Amino acid sequence: MIGATYALASILVFVTAALLILVGAVGVITLKNPVHSALSLIMTLFGVAVAFVAQGADFLAAVEIIVYAGAIVVLFLFVIMFLGVDRKEHVHVEPLVGQRAFAAVGVVVTVGGLITLMARSHWVTGAMSVSTKGVALASGQDNVKQLGTAVFTTYLFAFEATAVLLVIAVVGAVLLARRERALQSEEVEVEA
Amino acid sequence: MNQLLASSDPLFAHGVNGVVLLIVLVKVLVGFGALMGSVVIMIWFERKAISDMQSRIGPQRWGPFGLLQTLADGLKLIGKEDLVPAEADRFVFKLAPYLVLIPALITFALIPIGGTLHIAGHAVMLQVANPPMGILLMLAMSGVSVYGVMLAGWSSGSKYPLLSSVRASAQMISYEAALGMTIVTIILATGSLSTHNIVTAQGGGIWHWNIIRLGVIPFVVFLIAITAELNRPPFDVVEAESELVGGFHTEYSSFRFAVFFLAEFMNTITMSAIIVTLFLGGPAGWIPNVAHLKWVFPIIWFVLKTTGFAFAYVWFRAALPRFRYDQLMDLGWKRLIPLSLGWMLVVAGFLIAPAWGFLMAAAVFMAWTLLTRAFTLGQSREVGSEAVLPVVGERPIPGRTIRKFTDGES
Repeated sequence: MIGATYALASILVFVTAALLILVGAVGVITLKNPVHSALSLIMTLFGVAVAFVAQGADFLAAVEIIVYAGAIVVLFLFVIMFLGVDRKEHVHVEPLVGQRAFAAVGVVVTVGGLITLMARSHWVTGAMSVSTKGVALASGQDNVKQLGTAVFTTYLFAFEATAVLLVIAVVGAVLLARRERALQSEEVEVEA
Repeated sequence: MNQLLASSDPLFAHGVNGVVLLIVLVKVLVGFGALMGSVVIMIWFERKAISDMQSRIGPQRWGPFGLLQTLADGLKLIGKEDLVPAEADRFVFKLAPYLVLIPALITFALIPIGGTLHIAGHAVMLQVANPPMGILLMLAMSGVSVYGVMLAGWSSGSKYPLLSSVRASAQMISYEAALGMTIVTIILATGSLSTHNIVTAQGGGIWHWNIIRLGVIPFVVFLIAITAELNRPPFDVVEAESELVGGFHTEYSSFRFAVFFLAEFMNTITMSAIIVTLFLGGPAGWIPNVAHLKWVFPIIWFVLKTTGFAFAYVWFRAALPRFRYDQLMDLGWKRLIPLSLGWMLVVAGFLIAPAWGFLMAAAVFMAWTLLTRAFTLGQSREVGSEAVLPVVGERPIPGRTIRKFTDGES
């Protein structure tokens, strides 16, 4: 059945991508060393990029690597290195009471929701794209054009809202960082 | 899948068969061999040129003009003891050199070094691969190569390499933004992301080269940003000997050090070639009317232009003192990113209509004035508790509570 619909090459690509994603994702939560976790997160991101290419979304694949693997995880590592990974972790301490139970409920709800969606809705129909109303994504140059049109016409408000959100986050971060310094200098004066 | 391949490379237009596979294999091998050969020559060239500039002789013992010095050094390195520090994270320590090498190899595969040949009815492009997202792949690879440097420094389990890797990550991310902006300018003018199309769009003579067509600013920004991306002098704070011993590869020896060394020179050549591809028309140039040999001249032009930039890098190293770390960050964030962003907007405006172009130029000028004012205000700001914003209310979680979680009971 599957072999009739998809070529062998596509199946191989899919299996490779899926393995990269799953092994990486499991590694992120099971590995003890945070740097190793970050490395396996990169593996997951590469798997997602391969999956994007297989779906014809070349541009998203490239951006996935540039933005997530090339910048965001680098910043994760940056922070991990500054905080020091050699410090002893208190995994048994629960900052929120009963967070493990909440986490378990969250996992069940998310996985259940995803399975229900896959089983019932027509969102996952095997069509190449949702935003182009089922038309397959064009390759190369036209791929960018399709994405640009979608982002700057159909989903303009969502796009602008995201931009505003990011600006707010940056301003907030700067504000918090500065407030921290005021607190520190006051503490120093008190101690002196 | 076949359609996807054929859209970017005419070689796959009639499907994939044995001959096509053979051609691809030969292209990969020739590309790899050419890169390796040019790395050997580049290392010799850099040492020779630097020693000339410093009134020294340089390598001269092995082979004519010391040409075999690199091979001798390589053999010596491989023969040395392979050390892994006791404090090192062994897996990451062994992985890091290859994380630098592989992006360097992939980036070179994207560069068109000549026109299109016709062999046995197949159109063969003289570039190893021409993916539809070519130039974005180059950006992605330069982003990924940060990991090699970062993880090498961190996994060594030693102070100075760690400092170096923190510097490297900050520096490479900062300059990637300016790099991306200038590439966007080129993509806007070309209308395509593949390196092949970027080169063919500049084919109509020297006035069509991006260096002139886009104004010289993107070229200058790109040259500075890519030098910083390469961690080459004057932006080599990552391996500043006077501050950091040897930088991120202090603890590496033997073959792994050789891999770092190789990747560094490989990147120098590749980035020179990228500049030529993006701004100087790649293999474009005057072609004399010689039968059967017309395909050779684009390659000669390409090699000549690339050599020019490779020499410029050596020259930078001999002539310019190293930037201080804060100067480097200032240049990246306060000068190059606003400049490249503004220039990108102006170019985009002129691509639509001259009126929009002038409007954009006016807007960019106003923004520039505002930004300059902000920078001067920021620099004259006095650092201290009065200069920063007053505390508004309590923080959500008191500092003492947070510290209890992070530092344990105290």
